[in-house]
Order: sequence, then structure tokens, then C-alpha cells
Amino acid sequence: MSTARHSPARSIAAHAVLIAYTIIALFPVFVIIVNSFKSRRAIFADPLALPTAETFDLVGYQTVLKQGDFLLYFQNSMIVTVGSLFLVLLFGAMAAFALSEYRFRGNSLMALYLALGIMIPIRLGTVAILQLMVASGLVNTLTALILVYTAQGLPLAVFILSEFMRGVSDDLKSAGRIDGLSEYTIFFRLVLPLVRPAMATVAVFTMIPIWNDLWFPLILAPSEATKTITLGSQVFIGQFVTNWNAVLAALGLAIVPVLVLYLIFSRQLIRGITAGAVK
Amino acid sequence: MGALTLSSVTKAFGKTEVIRGVDLTVNDGEFCVFVGPSGCGKSTLLRMIAGLEDVTSGDVAIDGERINELAPARREIAMVFQSYALYPHLTVRQNMSLALKQLGKPRAEIIAAADKAAGMLALEPLMDRRPSELSGGQRQRVAIGRAIVRTPKLFLFDEPLSNLDAALRVATRIEIARLHRELGATMIYVTHDQVEAMTLADKIVVLHAGRVEQVGHPMTLYNDPDNMFVAGFIGSPAMNFLKAGTLGLRSATVGVRPEHIEVSDRAGRIEGRVSHLEKLGGETLTYVQTEDHGMLTVRQFGEYDHPVDGTVWLSPDQSRAFHFDAAGQRMR
Repeated sequence: MSTARHSPARSIAAHAVLIAYTIIALFPVFVIIVNSFKSRRAIFADPLALPTAETFDLVGYQTVLKQGDFLLYFQNSMIVTVGSLFLVLLFGAMAAFALSEYRFRGNSLMALYLALGIMIPIRLGTVAILQLMVASGLVNTLTALILVYTAQGLPLAVFILSEFMRGVSDDLKSAGRIDGLSEYTIFFRLVLPLVRPAMATVAVFTMIPIWNDLWFPLILAPSEATKTITLGSQVFIGQFVTNWNAVLAALGLAIVPVLVLYLIFSRQLIRGITAGAVK
Repeated sequence: MGALTLSSVTKAFGKTEVIRGVDLTVNDGEFCVFVGPSGCGKSTLLRMIAGLEDVTSGDVAIDGERINELAPARREIAMVFQSYALYPHLTVRQNMSLALKQLGKPRAEIIAAADKAAGMLALEPLMDRRPSELSGGQRQRVAIGRAIVRTPKLFLFDEPLSNLDAALRVATRIEIARLHRELGATMIYVTHDQVEAMTLADKIVVLHAGRVEQVGHPMTLYNDPDNMFVAGFIGSPAMNFLKAGTLGLRSATVGVRPEHIEVSDRAGRIEGRVSHLEKLGGETLTYVQTEDHGMLTVRQFGEYDHPVDGTVWLSPDQSRAFHFDAAGQRMR
């Protein structure tokens, strides 16, 4: 068995598939970044060519940064993403703890109800959400976006975290109760650190759709002061003329923060996986 | 001080009854062991005493005071778990001090209590390590130390040796017996291992399907069991049960311990075929397949050889046999 698994042919085949997938997945990103460094003429002349000394041009980045509001857009995206992420992780973990730890009437019904959100896309409720936000005067605020994204992220977070929390040793929680720790201390000090890898997984799954979303910023917060980076990049896409340099540069820049966040969480993720394996 | 009284205690999860009316008194300073097959409710009963599970009906009292609704932390108990359950983010010293810290005891007193417990268990060199840097045996000693620090009325042990290897298990067992002598505290110990039960207990409680089958001193249970379940559960290898009818006796079943059967190559009361032989050096266990009574175990002290598949004759020692009626109750 083990020799078969380590045979070079299999190994090559596996790598070939993975490399092919990586190339396909990264190709659009590669094209965006390469073209963001080229002059407008060069983008159209040969979109796949690398920038040369002649075609190299930073005009896209200059436009984006001169636009001035871009820092604000970044800041808005950051606030919305980090804010929603914090709320999703906090409330998701709390709900998951309650569902996995306490026996109460309707526990499994409640779990099912919370999981239902995974199957029904939140965008189906856009009209109702918009009416709600208008009624509560939250249109054109970042709060509106944070609330919507929190609702969007919670079902999956509760689902994943409650599975993981069932795996946390009952004895440890019992020991905490006998030593007189409060339920909050047990949750924050004993249980949360042990489900950190699961939290990182949830964070990554929650963060990326929020950062990339165009739909809700466009509908709930399109004002200049609350634009997110994805919405902000749209100013360069016109009905008749599109400033491709600027669009590509904006998108290129938009990748950076989310990449940083991902690297932070993925380290946790990998550390968690290996810690579990050797224990 | 620490006398425990349970009066008609029951526990039900939904409609499943797990504990069906347990009455029990554990005197101050006693070492009481709950034994029983898995699923008999012994751990649940322990968790009810600790306050980790609600009592469905009946009363739990320590020193005559009803504690059914008291939070675990306020019952003045300490518990040692099978999986050690040390706090992974705290050092050994912090693990041991946490309970006293939660009670708001002064710093000096906490340090003194932790040092004293560490001294008793030879944990001094480990005080600044984290649980992940300790071996299994060390972790369990820390967990026991954490219990000692609180000077509780009642020590509760939930299969504390099950995760240790055989040699460590013996060493830790002796350690627990020594601690019981030194502290003179009341201890309640749950195990499915009857060797632990026999060697540690002042009093054994045999549980079966949520009921107490018999309570008594280990030797009382061994020499004078009340029913077939206790007779079969206490003693290793287990007692042989023979059909009394074929032997011309009044009772329904006759129980004979493996060491009370004689083996002969030539003559005896029961004919059988040797199906397996286990030589342990000091003793020899022979498993004999018989027509009327199924598989019987014979224990001989010393080294013996019976060819596998050979025919042997067995003669149970009638004077040391136990007689049971059709319901499995002992006939005396």
C-alpha cells in the first residue's frame, strides 16, 4: 500500500493535477497584475505579454492613488470586513457553545434553524433588507453592511464551530466548573483556544465573500463616504469608456489586504492541524 | 469531615432511566469504589455527586446537608478525571492553584497549599511546566495534586488510571492508596477494573443497569456474593456457572471459582475438551469446553500441561460452591 502511494507515477499525476488547477485559478490574478503595470496601448496590443521597458507604465496606480478617495475605500472595506468577522466569530462561537454544551428543549430544532441559513442565499432577501435599513435609517452607513454580513456569515460559523466544540473534552469543562470558573470563563479561556483552528477556517470562509462583495455595498451604502473598494473600483468602468489601467491597478491593490489577513489566519489553520496530528 | 449519603437517587435522560433508585452511605474517611460494566451508570452517579449532572429525584447529602442544587464549586469536592483535564494554557502551579484563587484565598496560603501538595506527589521539579510538556503519568499526578490542594471533603476519581500503561497504573494505584492513608479523606472512585476495586476499596459498590447489586468489603463480595451478577463480576478469571440439574442438585445454578475445580486426565464428574491453555508462570488457566455447561475455566497454581483438544475430567469442589435460584439470587 505505502509503496503504491509513494510511486513516482502517482506522485507526478497528483502534482500535475494540482499544478494545473493552480495555474487555472491564478491565471486571472496574474493577468490583472501584469496588465496593471502596462500602458493602455500595450494592454490591448498583447494582454498576455509581460511588461517590458517600453510598455511599463504606472499610470494606473497613479490614477488610483490620485483619485484620493481610495484610501477611504480601503478603510471602509477594512472596517466592514474586520467588524463583521469579529461579530460572526464571537456570536457564532457563543451560539455553537450553547448548542453543543447545554441540553435544552428544542436544541436540535434550533441547530437546524440556524443551519438553514447556509442553504438559502441572503440575497433573496435584499428587498426586505433594504426596506429594513430605510426604516431604521441605516442606509449609507457601514453599520448596515456589518449587520448584513454578520447575518450572512453566522449560519456557517455556527455549523462548523458547534461540530468542533462537541470535540472539546467534557472533562476539561467539568474540571473548570468544579474549580469554580464561570461559564464565560470556561467559554473564553478553556474552549475558544482549543477550537482556534476551526475559528481560523471560519474566518477565511467568512472574510473572502465579504471583501469581494459588490451587491450589498451597491444597494445599501453607495454614498461616497461609505464606498468599499470593490464598489470604488467601479468608477473607472464607464458605459462607453473604461479606464482599464485604473481598474486593474485598483483590483491589484484590493488583493493585498485580504491576502495579508488570509496569511495570518492560515498560519493558525496549519498550526492547528499539525498540533492535532501529533497529540 | 466528609460523609456522603444518597437516598433513592434517580437520573433520567428524557425517558431513559440511567440510575434507578440508589441508596448509599459512605462514611467519613472511607475509600468507596463504584464498579460495574460499562453503561451501568457508575460515572453518571459520580457526576451527580459532583453536581455536574442534575439529580432527577432523591437526595444527595454531604455531612447530612442536602446539596442537590448546590453548584459543583461550592460542594467542597475535588475530582480527578480519566483524561486528566488539565488546563492547557496554565503551568502546573497555576493548574493546582486555580480553585483556591477562585475562592479568593490569600496568595501566601495558595502558594503554601500548592507546595505541600507538590511535595506529597514529588511534583516540585515540574511546577513551571505546561501540561503539554508532561508525560501521561506526570499529568495524572498533577491532576491528583490539583485535587489535594483544595483539601476537599470528598475526593472523586473517575477512572483515573484508565489512560495509563500497565506499570504506571500499578504505581499510581499504590500512590492513591498511600494518599488515602495520609490524608484520611473520604474518596469515591469509579472504575471498571476489578483489580483496582479490590486493592483500593474499604467498600465496593457493585452497580448493574442503574441499580446497586451489592455493597460491601471486597472480601465479603468475593466470599459471600448476594447474587449471580456480583459472583460473576468480582474475581478474575470469572466464576464458572454450572447447570445444577445435571449435577443432581436442587438449585438452578451452581457457581464455582476457577481455582475450586480439580482437573484429572482419568476420571471426574464432568467430561470436557481442552480448548485453550494460558500459562502465566505462577498459575495455569485451562479453558475446557464441556457439553452441558459450555466453556469452563480452571485455575491451577504452578505450571501444568494439558494437551489442547485432549479430553480432561473436571471435579468442582462442592463444599466451596455457591448456589443460586432461577432468578439468580443466592440460596444460603
